[in-house]
Order: sequence, then C-alpha cells, then structure tokens
Amino acid sequence: MIFATFSKKELPRLFDLLAPNTVVGPVQKGLDRAGRPLYDFDVIYRFQDLRLDYPTTIHSAKRHFLPHRESLCTFTLQGNDWEKQVDYNVYKPVVFFGLHACDINALNKLDKVLSSPPYPNPYYTAKRRNMFIIGQGCQPQPQCFCRSMGTDTALHGFDLFLTDLGDRYFAEILSATAYQFLQKIITRPPTAKDHDRYKEVVTERNQQFQTTVDTTDLTKLLDLEFESAAWQQWGDKCLSCGTCANVCPTCYCYGVEETVDLDLRGAAKTKYLYSCNLIDFAEVAGGHNFRPQTATRLKYRYYHKHRGFVEAYEESLCVGCGRCGEACLAGITVPDVLASVRALGG
Amino acid sequence: MAPQLPFINLLAQPGGRRRQDLGSFEYSYQAEITNVYPLTKAEKLYQLQLIDPEERRRFSFLPGQFVMLELPGIGEAPFSISSSPLHHGDLELCIRDVGNLTHFLSRMQRGARVGISGPFGTHFPVENMVGQDVLLIGGGLGIVPLRAPLFAVLENRSRYGRLDVMYGAKSPADLLFTYQYDSWRQFDVNLAITVDRPNRGWRGATGLITELLKERIAKADFQPATSFAIVCGPPVMFRFVCALLTEAGLPMQKMFVSLERRMHCGRGKCCRCNIGATYICLDGPVFDYWTVMNLKEAI
Ligand SMILES: Cc1cc2nc3c(=O)[nH]c(=O)nc-3n(C[C@H](O)[C@H](O)[C@H](O)COP(=O)(O)OP(=O)(O)OC[C@H]3O[C@@H](n4cnc5c(N)ncnc54)[C@H](O)[C@@H]3O)c2cc1C
Ligand code: SF4
Ligand code: SF4
Ligand code: FES
Repeated sequence: MIFATFSKKELPRLFDLLAPNTVVGPVQKGLDRAGRPLYDFDVIYRFQDLRLDYPTTIHSAKRHFLPHRESLCTFTLQGNDWEKQVDYNVYKPVVFFGLHACDINALNKLDKVLSSPPYPNPYYTAKRRNMFIIGQGCQPQPQCFCRSMGTDTALHGFDLFLTDLGDRYFAEILSATAYQFLQKIITRPPTAKDHDRYKEVVTERNQQFQTTVDTTDLTKLLDLEFESAAWQQWGDKCLSCGTCANVCPTCYCYGVEETVDLDLRGAAKTKYLYSCNLIDFAEVAGGHNFRPQTATRLKYRYYHKHRGFVEAYEESLCVGCGRCGEACLAGITVPDVLASVRALGG
Repeated sequence: MAPQLPFINLLAQPGGRRRQDLGSFEYSYQAEITNVYPLTKAEKLYQLQLIDPEERRRFSFLPGQFVMLELPGIGEAPFSISSSPLHHGDLELCIRDVGNLTHFLSRMQRGARVGISGPFGTHFPVENMVGQDVLLIGGGLGIVPLRAPLFAVLENRSRYGRLDVMYGAKSPADLLFTYQYDSWRQFDVNLAITVDRPNRGWRGATGLITELLKERIAKADFQPATSFAIVCGPPVMFRFVCALLTEAGLPMQKMFVSLERRMHCGRGKCCRCNIGATYICLDGPVFDYWTVMNLKEAI
C-alpha cells in the first residue's frame, strides 16, 4: 500500500479535479422531527455541498449502483416477431466521494455474489467497474456494530481512503488512477509523526464503538436455534414492510416485471428490488407460500445474512451499519435479535 | 492525466454466450411455437423450436434442467424441459394455466415467437444409473420433469435394469400424456397409474401413489441396493414416498427430487429461490434426498 499525506486545503482542489465526472457524496437532506440533520448520498456539483462530517446516512448509496427500479431490456414488437435491446444503464464513470468502510465492504460483498460466475450480473458489474471510490474514516455512531462484523476497515474495493488527522489527511492509495490524481495536488510522503498520529486517531475511533454483537459460533447457533421462541417474538413485532431491506447496503434480491407500451409496438422488462420480509416473497404457482408467517420471513433474512452467506463465502453479508435498526418502525435491530436468539435458545 | 475518468463500456465488449460471459445474462434464444396440444383442461404441451439452426443444434440440456420462458411484455417464468435431451433445441414444455404468463401462453397459436434462456440447474444423474433399476415416481405435474429422464433411459434402454414409472393424478381427467402410455409399455416400462378420485369408467388403481410403491416394494425383485429413484411432485408427496423408500433400504443419496421455488432469474442473482446458502436455481432444482433433508425449511 502506498501512503501520502496532504493538507485539508488541498481537498477542494482534488474535488475540482474530479468534478468533470459525476460525483456522488454525502449531502444534508433536511431535518428530522427532533431538528437533527438527515443525510443521503446524492450527486454533488460543488465542494461546499459535500458533508464529509456526516455521521451516517438513512439510505445506503445502493440506489446509485442497484437502483430500486432498473430497466433490463426493451423489446420492439411486430406481429409474431420481436427483438430485444439490452442496455446496462451506465454511460459514464461515477466518483463516490466519502464512503465509509462499511459501505465499501458492502460493495466487496455484493461483488462476490453479483459479479461472480456463473452468470455474472452485467448491470451491476458495469457500474462497479466504472466507480472511482474515495473512502473516508468515520465516527462510530451508537447503532454501528461493524467492528463485530469485521467490516470496520476496508482493505480493498476503493481507490483512495482518507483518514482525518486534524489539519491534514492521511491517504491510502490503492489505484494508479488515484495516484495520478494526487500528483496534481500538493502531497508529501507521510513522516513517522504522521504514522503515529494515524495510529492514535484510529485507536481513538475504535474506542468509540458502543454496540457489539457476539458472533461466536453464530452459524452453529442459528442452525441450532432455528425453532427458537425468539423468532416468534420478533415476528410478532415485525410489520413485514421491507424497510430494512430497502435501506440495507447489501440487500439485493429482486423481482422482474414486464409491461407492454400502449401502442403495442414496444415492451419493457424491469427489475425492482424486493425484500424477503414481504409476504409473497416465496409464493409459487398454485398459491403455495413457503414462508407464510412474518416470523419465518424475518428469520430467513437473518439466516441468509448471517448463516447462508457465511457458508458460501466465509463471511457474513451484514456489514453492521445499523441502518435497518434505525429505519425499522418496530424497533427491530440486528444486535437485539441476535442477542435474544443467543439468550433464549436451548 | 485527463480530468475525465476513462469509461469502460462493458456493453461494447464482445458478448459471449457461455454462462460466465456478461453478455449471456439477458440473452434469450428466439423460439417458435411449432405445435400446441391440449392435454387436459388446464395443461397444454407446447412444442418449441429454436429458430436459429446453429443455436438449435448447439442447445443441449440434461434431464431435469429447466428453461426460463419469456413472453415479451408479459413476463418470464421457469419451466422444466419435458422432452428428450437428444432433441436439443426442439423442446417440449408442458404448462399449466395458473396465472398471468401461463394464461396468455395458453391462448397463443403455433407460429408465435417466445424467448428461451437456459438450460439452468442441476439434472437427474441418469448417467450414474446405468446397470441399475430405475424408479420414476411422479405426482400431478411431477410427471412433466420426469419425462426427460424417462426418455433418456428409453433411448438407452438396454443399459438399464428394470424401469418402473409410477404416476398419480387427482382424477382420470387430470392424467397427462395418456396417448404415450402404450408406447412406453412397448419399451419395457412397468407403468402403474393411480387416481384419487376415479370416475365411472376408471378400471385402474385408486388411492395414493404410496400404495403403488408399497406394492412394488413388497415384490421379491425389488432390490434397493441396485436401484435409483427419481421422485417429482408436491412436497407432501415426496416426503412420504422418500420415507417409504428409505425404510425399504434405498440410500438417500440414490433418491432424487426436484424442488420448486419462486424464480426470477434462474442464475443465482435475484435471491428469490434461496434457502440459506443454497440457490434452488443453481444448486438445484434436482437434489438428492440427503441434501434436501439437510436444507432448513426445504420441504
Ligand atoms: C424449476 C421449476 C420448474 C417448473 N416447471 C413447470 C412446468 O414444467 N410446468 C408448469 O406448468 N409449471 C412449472 N413451474 C411453475 C411455473 O414456473 C409457474 O406456474 C409460473 O411461474 C406461473 O407464472 P404466471 O405468470 O402464469 O403466474 P402469475 O400470474 O405470476 O402467478 C401465479 C402463481 O405463480 C407464482 N409465480 C409467479 N412467478 C413465479 C416464478 N417466477 N416462479 C415460481 N412461481 C411463480 C405466483 O406466486 C402465483 O402463486 C416450474 C417452476 C419451477 C421453479
Ligand atoms: S424488521 Fe422492521 S423494517 Fe424490516 S420488515 Fe420488519 S418491521 Fe419492517
Ligand atoms: S442488515 Fe442492517 S446492519 Fe446489516 S448491513 Fe444491512 S442494514 Fe446494515
Ligand atoms: S432464481 Fe434468481 S437466484 Fe435463483
């Protein structure tokens, strides 16, 4: 890994250098009822709009690479004949400015399912190949438990990662493109003092985590406690609304729908993100539903993230960002659910 | 360096047709409906032919695999291939009219064009059953995916031992492929059929398919050590059937079932068919019974 440091005054210059491209970053979007600012990832045109001090966002940056609705293809129809036109819906590179480690890790996890053979998904892969990612160190929030999930630092999947050392940034440079951009601003190689300060900052940050999840033998536990009463208790609270999947940076399941144009000359095939909490997620022909109860579906979401994905890829699909717990109207959070399954089991 | 980041246009890159190629993801073969045979009130047999001769020749599948059938503007859904693997891109699908897409399809005429992608999923390993007795047990629509391994065995009839087909339907009017029974019997198939609700003219067996199986198991020439079973039908049915077979001494890894799940991609990407780490579309739909027993909430 190549490191550099640069003064905070250089950051707007770096932004301006990248600005001829589409830049997506954290912005403030109004206030909540208690008057606290709300943040989201959006397209940014001016450096001043970028809120690098954002604690977290309500939605992940997902809609910029896994949009809620996305056209898979269109058809031209003519009598019995038809022709299919495929478009991956990406026309330019996108700069992601200021992603936290959890969200970068979320992309790395999605890569494993979506870009891997057999059948890599070209819509996601095309967007992913055209990302330039600048990561940024974060301030752990009360709901964050990424450290328990091993996703509190990003080891790959970005171009540049910045850590705030007070008056300057400590930069980890992962791509040649990032290196070349840094040549255009004033940087210097880090000194021993920078290294010490970096380690101090990281240690301070790591001490701020308030929420932990005990993941010891979690896969075994989930297998053993498949019938635990805890699932029913959480199932009784869950509204089956799917909000958790909507805000989650790693929920990717979808459905497909096709529509015909009014003039009957064209048709479209659209994919829309779904949620395994929604009632008809596993309904098949004949009306049989493999997961008719709310509790079964809620359990399934945990089972896939923390058990199934681990079996397939040796790691959990949850990055511990805490967004689902914050967004859930029923107050269902991952740490609470997993702790209760552990406590109630047996 | 230029202020614009370089753009990598994956769409412009040559798109192959192999499973690992990005271009194969949304590719569908154009196929023509060459014939439609109504089999019962709800089910029709559709004969499809891939239009491009080269694609038709190259299209190859194994018994038990399925395709995604697409009607542009209407929808896309998974269907088991019900024809012989020897016929490549001349496919037969037997489809029940249950909803949006299947109903639209039921009103389509020969000559219409549909999209086909696949084949997807795992298959019934008939290649491993050579030299052994084969039991094909189907309930209801389960006979549809069973036809592919049946044809595969019939085409190499001399390489297999005794071949039993047991088939159960609700009533005589629901029986599928009645016109083929005689020809199957001619090829040394022991065909046994039962219905739940007989009508007046019915002279065959009545009752559950498990009764047919019990009779078969009771016979002296039933040899579990040198038999394989393929069981297709609703989960309640194969649970009972597989329990009987296990009791009779057939090892669980020599019984194969086909699972049904909601599927929106067939390619392990939409996650709709997922059970834990298992994608029914990739790791299945065909599983041996031992694997099914180990899948949480599989049946
Ligand atoms: C591996 C596999 C093989 C199959 N083989 C056959 C076959 O050989 N013959 C046959 O008649 N049917 C088969 N089916 C079932 C077939 O896929 C459904 O009948 C079809 O999807 C219904 O589509 P529809 O648009 O007509 O129904 P819809 O109007 O969409 O809905 C009717 C019902 O079908 C369910 N359904 C909708 N879409 C899907 C989907 N993509 N996957 C599963 N269920 C769905 C709905 O939940 C609803 O209960 C198979 C299913 C699978 C998974
Ligand atoms: S867990 Fe919460 S957010 Fe998720 S479906 Fe249930 S009520 Fe909605
Ligand atoms: S499951 Fe919840 S905590 Fe885990 S990654 Fe998704 S939104 Fe974040
Ligand atoms: S059908 Fe999409 S993942 Fe299996």
